[in-house]
Amino acid sequence: MTARVGVVTFPGSLDDRDAARAVRIAGAEPVALWHGDADLKGVDAVILPGGFSYGDYLRCGAIARFAPIMAELVPPARSGELPVLGICNGFQILCESHLLPGALTRNRSLHFINRDQRLRIESAGTAWTNRYLPGQEILVVLKSGEGNYVAAPETLDELERSGRVVARYVGTAPNGSQRDIAGISNEHGNIVGLMPHPEHAVEELTGPSVDGLGFFTSLVARVTEASPAPAGTG
Amino acid sequence: MARVVVDVMLKPEILDPQGQAILGACGRLGFEAVSEVRQGKRFEVEIDGEVGEDRLDDIRRLAETLLANPVIEDFELRVE
Repeated sequence: MTARVGVVTFPGSLDDRDAARAVRIAGAEPVALWHGDADLKGVDAVILPGGFSYGDYLRCGAIARFAPIMAELVPPARSGELPVLGICNGFQILCESHLLPGALTRNRSLHFINRDQRLRIESAGTAWTNRYLPGQEILVVLKSGEGNYVAAPETLDELERSGRVVARYVGTAPNGSQRDIAGISNEHGNIVGLMPHPEHAVEELTGPSVDGLGFFTSLVARVTEASPAPAGTG
Repeated sequence: MARVVVDVMLKPEILDPQGQAILGACGRLGFEAVSEVRQGKRFEVEIDGEVGEDRLDDIRRLAETLLANPVIEDFELRVE
């Protein structure tokens, strides 16, 4: 079966098309989802893409959290059923929704950062990173103004202890993120939030590498393995 | 009609780079006595009718769920 992956468009989303393209390159079928529709269209997984949903008004992701589509997404995501990847603004939305702990605040330097960035995959046990090796370094794109991950010390300790730090910046976190955290997961490993953009690193022509593709092929592997092949097909 | 003011501030332990940038400007402008600046947000919420305890509880819930992110921010309410 072909995995069907929903990509939500909020007003102000920028990277929904790139996310859909990455899904297609990974061999899955992208399904456009609209923030105002309380309908997940039966997808196998959802991506909350980067951008500036609702103009980043109030706080990044604070308004998007209450969009009708989120009321449909939160229960199956929280229970561990529905894989969800939040990239950049999507990560902010996941934190605002309390699907992931902590928060993303203004970069320490106050500058918007736009550059190629090396990450180290710390956990290959999630729905979105199972095609990577733990410790593998990848090159993707970082482009954000509010990517500074903060959480209470006991929350950070718990994330480390339970293997929920999914990716770290190699070297020092350019945005000031605590413990150089670039991405985390929930306890089930179905929800991952990542500040840098793997969907911009899936083609030689336009990306710094194709290292980001693994997030999408991981999801395809997860969905394909989770569902038995129909009888009569090989 | 009444007005409830909600002040939202980053928690003391959360870095406030905007406040630090303002502090830097204070020094350059000659306000040497300024030793610390923290930047926050003020919301003015207009309410129809009187603001009783129930209504104030509503606004407190509004502050907790939308106006402030309790993970990183504290808030205070007052009726004006």
